[in-house]
This record gives sequence, C-alpha cells and structure tokens, in this order.
Amino acid sequence: MRTLRILLQKEVRQIFRNKIILRIATIMPIMQFIILPLAANFEIKNINLVIVDHDHSVDSRKLLSDLTSSGYFRLIGYGNTFGQAYKSIETDKADVVLEIPNGFERNLVREGSQEIYIAFNAINGTKAGLGAGYLRTIIARYNKDLIVKLSPSMKSAQELGINVVPLPWFNSRGYYKLSLIPGILGMLVTLLSGFLTALNIVKEKEVGTIEQINVSPIRKRDFILAKLIPFWVLANVVFTIGLILSYFLYGIVSEGNLLVLYVFVAVYLLAILGFGLLVSTYSETQQQSMFIMFFFVMIFILLAGLFTPIESMAHWAQLITKLNPLAYLITVIRMVMLKGSGFKDILPELEIVALMAVVLNMWAVLNYKKKV
Amino acid sequence: MKQFLSFVRKEFRHVLRDRRVLLILFGMPVVQVLLFGFALSNEIKNTKIVIVDYAKDQASQQITNKIGASRYFEIEKNLLTHEQLLSSFRKGDIKEAVIFPAKFAEDLQHNKEAQIQIITDASDLNASNQIVSYLTNIIQDYEAQQNQLQQVPYRIIPQTRMLYNPELKGAPNFVPGVMALVLLLVCVLMTAVAIVKEKETGTMEVLLVSPMKPWTIIISKAVPYLILSLLDLIFILLLSVFVLDVPVEGNLVLLLAESTLFITTCLMLGILISIQTSSQQVAMLISLIGMLMPAMMLGGFMFPIENMPYPLQLISNIIPSKWYYIIVKNVMIKGTGFLAVWKETLVLIIITLVLFLVSLKNFKIRLE
Repeated sequence: MRTLRILLQKEVRQIFRNKIILRIATIMPIMQFIILPLAANFEIKNINLVIVDHDHSVDSRKLLSDLTSSGYFRLIGYGNTFGQAYKSIETDKADVVLEIPNGFERNLVREGSQEIYIAFNAINGTKAGLGAGYLRTIIARYNKDLIVKLSPSMKSAQELGINVVPLPWFNSRGYYKLSLIPGILGMLVTLLSGFLTALNIVKEKEVGTIEQINVSPIRKRDFILAKLIPFWVLANVVFTIGLILSYFLYGIVSEGNLLVLYVFVAVYLLAILGFGLLVSTYSETQQQSMFIMFFFVMIFILLAGLFTPIESMAHWAQLITKLNPLAYLITVIRMVMLKGSGFKDILPELEIVALMAVVLNMWAVLNYKKKV
Repeated sequence: MKQFLSFVRKEFRHVLRDRRVLLILFGMPVVQVLLFGFALSNEIKNTKIVIVDYAKDQASQQITNKIGASRYFEIEKNLLTHEQLLSSFRKGDIKEAVIFPAKFAEDLQHNKEAQIQIITDASDLNASNQIVSYLTNIIQDYEAQQNQLQQVPYRIIPQTRMLYNPELKGAPNFVPGVMALVLLLVCVLMTAVAIVKEKETGTMEVLLVSPMKPWTIIISKAVPYLILSLLDLIFILLLSVFVLDVPVEGNLVLLLAESTLFITTCLMLGILISIQTSSQQVAMLISLIGMLMPAMMLGGFMFPIENMPYPLQLISNIIPSKWYYIIVKNVMIKGTGFLAVWKETLVLIIITLVLFLVSLKNFKIRLE
C-alpha cells in the first residue's frame, strides 16, 4: 500500500509538472465541448430547390407555394430548361430540381393525372431520402386539395385519411443537441484518457526510466495501478465539468439518477485506461503507441452509434460494436440522461464493461514484463 | 540538389526502419476506409419494430403486412401496455413501436379518418426521424392504394430520380468523408513528430550545423511521407472501386493530383505542429485530441455545414479535410471536371503555402 502511495505521488507530480500536457488534457477537450455541439445538427430543412416551370399556370404556382411554405424547401431559383437546372445540382447549389411539364394544368383537368419530374442530389442518401418523403407528403396533400377544387361532388370526405401521429419519446421536442451532446462528452473523455495512458508507460520505456522501476521491488500491479488512478481521477473531473457545462450552456438535465451514470463511467474509464495501458505495454516507441491507439479510437468513435445508428450498420459491423466499450457508454449515457433508466436497466451493459475492464487490466499487468 | 536527395534518402531510411509504424501506416487507412465504408450508413434496414395492434381488424392487418413486406422492418407483434412499453424502451429492448388504436378499420370506414401512433426512441433522434419518415411513406402508400380503389379523379404523380446514388446508400457520402478524415489525421500525425523527435533525441544539432537550409529540411522531411501516403491513397481507391462499389466517375489523374495537394497540406500542418512543440508527446496529443473531433464534426460529411451557426461555418473553412471532401465528392462521385472544384483547390493551395511559410518563419536555427 505504501509503495502504491509513493508511486502515485510520483505520477501526480509528473502530471502536474508538465503544464502543457495538463492543459491539452483538460482545456482542449472542454473548449471543444463548448464549441462542437453547435455543429451537431442533423436537421434537414432548407433543402435547396430549383424549379423548371414550363406551365406557368395557377395550379403549378399553387404547387410551388405549397412546397416553399412547407418550411422544408427553399426556392433558390428558376431554370428555363432541365439541363440548366441540372447544372445547379452539379455545382452543389441545389439539392433538388423539380420540373413541371408544359400542359400541366390542362392535362390534369382533361386526363385526370399528370406527371412531374423530380431529381435529387442523392450523394447524401439520408438527406435525399428524407427530402423525397417530405415532397411526397406535400404532393399527397396537394392531390387532396385538387379533388376538392376540381370536383366538389367527390369531396375529400370520400377519401380515406390516416393520421400518422409520431410520438418521439424521451426527446419530444426533437432537439438534436439533447440526443448528441451527452455522447460527444463521452467521446471527448474517451479520447483524452485513452491517448494519455497510451503514452504513459511507453514514455518511460523510451526515456529509459522504466529500468529503474524494473530493478526496484515494486510489484507490477502497483505500478499499473499508479499509472491508472491519476488519469481516472482526471477523466472524472473533465466528465463532471462537461456535465455542468451541458446544463449551463444547453440546459440538458439528466432524466435519470446521475449516480447511476457515475457508477457506469467509473467502470468504463477503468476499461478504457486499461486498454491504453495495454497498448502502451505492447509498443516500443511513443509514435507506435499513438498510431495503434488512434487506429482503435477511430473505430470506437465511428462505430459507437452516436452519429450513425448501430442498427443501420452491416451485420458484421454490429458484431464489432459488441466489443466496442464506447458503444456501451453512448448507450448508457442516453439511457440514463434521456430515458431516465435506472440501475437495473443498465446492468447488462455494466456487466460487460466491467468484464472488459478486468480483462484489459489483467492483460496489461501480465504483459508488462519487468525485463529490458 | 544532390544534398537534398541524400537528405531525402536519409529520411526514407528512418521511416522504413520502424516496421511496426510502417505496417500501421499502411494498414490503418485501408482497414478504416473499408470498415467505415461498409459500416457507416443511415439506412434503415431490418429494423425490429413492435406492432401493438388493439384493433386486430382487416385494415390494421393489411398495414402490418405492408410494413413487414418492406425490407426496412422486421415485425414483432406484442400487446403491451403503456407501462410495459415504457420499461422496454428504458431497457433499450425496443426502439420503435406502431400502435393501432381499437376500432381502427371502423373509424376508417365510417369517419373516413383514423389514427396510427408511431412511438420512437428519440434519444437517438436521427434514427427516430428516419423511421417515422419510412413508416409514414408506407402508410401513405396504403392510403393511396385504398383511395385508388375508389377511383380518385385528379392527381399528380411525382417521378423521382435519385442522382448519383439511386439506392440511397451510405457509401457515396461516407467514403469521401472518411478518406478525407483518415488521410488528414494520419498525415498530420506522421509529420507532427518528424522534427520534434530530432529535437528530443538531440540529433537536431547535427542538422542545424549542416549546410542544409531550413526549407530543405522541411521538404525532405515531408517527401517520404508524401510518397507513402500516395501509395496508401491508391490502395484506398482500389478498395473503394472494387470492394465498396464506389467507382471513380471523373478523371483519375485529376483526383490523384488533388489528393497530392491535400496530402501536402496535411503534411505541412504536421510539420508546423512539430516545429511549434517541444516534445513528441505534446505534438501527438495536439494532433489527435486537438484535431480528431473537430475534423470529424466540422468536416462536412457528418453534419451539414449549412446547418451550423455562422461562426462555426467560418471555423470549418480552416479545416483542410472539408475542402478535400468537396473535391472528392465532385470528382469521384459526380464526375465533374476541374472547373467545378477550382475554388476548393485554390483554397487548399493557399492553406498549404501559409502553413509552409509559417513553418519556415518559426523554424529555429539555434538551440535553446
């Protein structure tokens, strides 16, 4: 116990001595946490629309005003020909081109139906898919109005109408920040704790001070623990600051008990720190260590289910997420903070992450050989 | 020139000596582009959906079948009460549920109007919005079918075309995005240690007393990495064409030239970090903790830049991967020529020059 305390003293001193690293580890994530959430908005509105109206009739104009007054589409210009309008998609000015053919109104009245042509820039499939959905809803409504106007005897009462009532639970105002900010905080904490520990042991190797530890009677377990604890505390502090900031800046209040979240984060950090130390024990230079850690952290972050849902991933990628500790953190943060889940609800996730923490740290201890 | 070449050769040896770093350098971007190209998408497919059918009539059956028949959803029938639903949502067992109220068909027949509720787990708002949109489409289809049976006299029929990506896959958007992100971070990380490492190990003195000019030192540090990154890029392109099914629509030479420019930009950024810092640790932490999240979130491929508040849109301009992402999207996916991307190219050239000049200015030719 005494060895551990002295080792801890050494580690803490080393951390506080290097003011630049300390600043990178605390101020940089916090700064990012203040700025980046402002970007976190998937909302699809203002889809840029270019119209090619060959008809210029009352009905075609009504369709246009229906589209622009919906709030989803923003009319950015008129094209004379489809080809000309297509250019504006090519140059990224427009997201969608809508062409109303000549004789639109006449055909509607005479033949009862008329086609219109729509082309989406679908590189971003999500945006195009949602945009097409909005468009279809607007056209369905337009069709109903049309019947009322052209043949009042049919009346819309004859038409079936199914009201779809979306009930977005746990985030009823549809606030993207609420859905993303807690996860971003989790990512930043992961980044800083992972990278800092990955550099730690390997630095002693590179500088050569590890030899002194190796020849001393310090036990491997104590050595690893002493490396782990300071960063664990640091990460918890940053996490807490983040929670406070997300309350004051974005008004995010946890639905569930924060204690539950802290229990999970405590265990989770052990897993991530253990992973960092493990990488550190395997590497010979700081550069190697950082590259390996970077490789895994990218996978952790992009396969965490925060920015793109895990359900949308390929099956094998979903299996990888089962091994991704960050995916569990994102799930649990959302469960506790948004859904108000309790300790019992998060127990399965907690067990898995605890198992990861034990395995990774044991592995790191075993792999750290007191040899040169 | 001979001096310069021998210097480049020295740097090459340094780079090639560390086999492990080399392996990671090559393996990492390739694995990541492959992984994320396949994994990242916002498509809804085979999503489990719980149908709570209090009506159990013909109409609700028909709609349920229609939902089940689409490739987006897998149906799970279950009669749950509100409390049961809430607790399953809290546990995360279910993410969405469709509720048919009692007497659904009857309402539809007599009142011509009925209600369907879609409950989604909006703690993941992105997925939630998508699911609502897909379900609404299916239900509207049903509605239209039924109405067609009753002979609707007047309607317009939209003919929709999805350009560049008819199946609305994730890859055409995410491959350029991930390419830009991975190249940026790897290139910066590689050169970020290049000069500071010499400072740390003491070999900087040797360089400083040599007749090499600072700019030759900087450039010869970058050359080996430039060649390695280009090889990496070719691997990535081969993968994306043959494995990910994202072909290069535009001019390949143009794409390679633009990529060379972008890689140079990133290498210069790394060198600037290397010159400004005092230890490898600081250099690497700045390049990773400092750049990973901003490059990902402000790079344009994750979140639409036009949605961001104005100050953030301004900040996003200094992120090189944003420009490269636009270029790749145009040249690779849309197949446009140089005229469509000359502005972005110019911006990258300017960023590169500024980085190079600032590096040169801050390069200290004396020891501290």
